[in-house]
Amino acid sequence: MSIESPLWEVFIRGQHGTAHRHVGSLHASDAETAMNNARDVYTRRNEGLSIWVVPSNQIIASSPSQKGSMFDPSQGKIYRHPSFYDIPKVVKKI
Amino acid sequence: MSDPRFHLALRMGDNSLILAQQNSKWCGHAPTLEEDIALANVSLDLMGHAQMWLGLAADIEAKGRTADELAFLRDSNEFRNALLCERPNIDFATTLVRQYLFDAWHLEQLGLLCAGADISVVEIAQKAFVEVQYHRQRSSSLVIKLGDGSEESHKRIQNAVEALWPYFGSLFENSDNDHFLFEAGIPELPSSLRKRVVQQLSADCVQSTLILPDSVFWHKGAVQGHHTENLGYILAEMQYLQRTYPSSNW
Repeated sequence: MSIESPLWEVFIRGQHGTAHRHVGSLHASDAETAMNNARDVYTRRNEGLSIWVVPSNQIIASSPSQKGSMFDPSQGKIYRHPSFYDIPKVVKKI
Repeated sequence: MSDPRFHLALRMGDNSLILAQQNSKWCGHAPTLEEDIALANVSLDLMGHAQMWLGLAADIEAKGRTADELAFLRDSNEFRNALLCERPNIDFATTLVRQYLFDAWHLEQLGLLCAGADISVVEIAQKAFVEVQYHRQRSSSLVIKLGDGSEESHKRIQNAVEALWPYFGSLFENSDNDHFLFEAGIPELPSSLRKRVVQQLSADCVQSTLILPDSVFWHKGAVQGHHTENLGYILAEMQYLQRTYPSSNW
């Protein structure tokens, strides 16, 4: 095709209770087609119970050039991890 | 007089088998990646239906033939698929409209069979019905968008509708066996669906801006095994391996 359709990001929820996860992207002319294409391209192997499609240009992404100021300050602050507490045996998952 | 359910299962199976074979030729060639995968999905759904219907036909016939043997070892005059299914792919518009017309008929036909009295028929129809609901939604959505799209897309879809229309009626043709279907628990003849299906297509036309031909000339004969020459080419390709290496397995 000479004129490409807009790009959409696809999110799939696999099982009840888990969150939607980003699985990839696709091209589609409108929302309905994007949803159909997402179903056809990303749920062929019984991956999903729910689909979200989002226009890619609606996603606000952090800039790679600001990586330092964005993420460096969180390094070396191990006291932010809950690893200094004894977890009671009755707690199975945390 | 053989079991009318055999002819019904054969007809349902052959329709799905031949259309699946035709659509599968787009694999790797469709206009976009998304469309390529979607068409292959539809093909695989139809192939699954064909396997179930031809399996049922083989069981009813009880002559020791399998679904595979029915698919790969019959000649074109023994096939009972409608003429629409064997029309050449030509271009994406023709392929899409062929699917669109087929889906409209298919959903109604399966709905009818779901309400039947024969459990083996009902089980297959119910399984297929869910898949075909999506086929119908997808093909009508595309036809509406392209019909009401650019000047070029409208022209191509409209031309395809006109080119395929004379073969569409083949889906509604009654065979001599169909008159015994009532006893087999199928309450309506194939021809009884025609009005309902055309009404649905007409309703889509409000959005698609397409004009359905008012011609009622429809090619007949598929129910007696009279096909267009294209079926011969389809079978030559589809059956090549089994014919060349009989009983080969993989």
